[in-house]
Amino acid sequence: MIQPPVDYIERTREQYSALGYPVYRWVEETEPPAFARIDKPMREWRVGLVASGGIYVQGQIAFHHRDDVSYREIDVDTPVERLRATHFAYDLTDARADPNVVFPLETLRYLRDCGEIGALAVRAYTFMGGIYSVRKVRDILAPALAERLVSDCVDVAIMVPV
Amino acid sequence: MGLIAREVERRGIATVSCSSAWSITKAAFAPRAVYLDFPLGRTAGKAGDVEMQREVMRAALATVRDAKQPGEIVELPYRWADTDDWKDGVMRPRPGGGGDHGDDRSDRLPTPQYQTEEDAALADPECATCVFPERSGALSGT
Repeated sequence: MIQPPVDYIERTREQYSALGYPVYRWVEETEPPAFARIDKPMREWRVGLVASGGIYVQGQIAFHHRDDVSYREIDVDTPVERLRATHFAYDLTDARADPNVVFPLETLRYLRDCGEIGALAVRAYTFMGGIYSVRKVRDILAPALAERLVSDCVDVAIMVPV
Repeated sequence: MGLIAREVERRGIATVSCSSAWSITKAAFAPRAVYLDFPLGRTAGKAGDVEMQREVMRAALATVRDAKQPGEIVELPYRWADTDDWKDGVMRPRPGGGGDHGDDRSDRLPTPQYQTEEDAALADPECATCVFPERSGALSGT
């Protein structure tokens, strides 16, 4: 039987209530976001990648699991075998077997190499989602990542949460 | 991630978010999104299914090209399994599963959590590509 999408907001409410936790407040925006336009064809786009699945490269410091607002720069040509995943809240099985499922690096390299997009930004950015402090994301992480994408001259950013 | 997408977009860069959580992406009012109806942790396609992963990225890029208004969420035509029974157990108690009410999260430890012990041994404490904006005060313009 086909079911509607899992309503994670509702299920979090039910689960937290059953556990006796205070209500978790998901971000709820009523103001429409900015909406950037691109005036060149896809084959000329420089594409950036931001992923929140807790991906790091062997040799880097791993994320911790309590509102970690640090991020990692990852060279877009890093071999996938060197990628690792850490997170407290999602099933890591597939991400560890094939990091492309939460960090589509090989996928985007393929589209670049075939000329479907113009280029990839020199580096991708990763962090560990599940940051419960909206204030820290809004005031620290979001501006820091946006700034990096601007200086990388990215036309389009692909955002991959888990 | 919706919040970050909005900030990036505000700086003039078009974004598309890959989502497997319709209600969260909707509530965050992300500028554009593609929705994949899979269990969390496979937002960009199935493990090992290279062709699907490419199609998901192509759909994401096409959404940037084609979306006409903020908040658009494009549903992708893939299913996780023949039935949607997997959805019944998400964040819900398993039969005989004890009192955690389906809470599968691990403890939120404040120290780096490496995938392997080897990673911990090889980690460079001076890591130049590990950025801690909270510590360094590297916040631009604020």
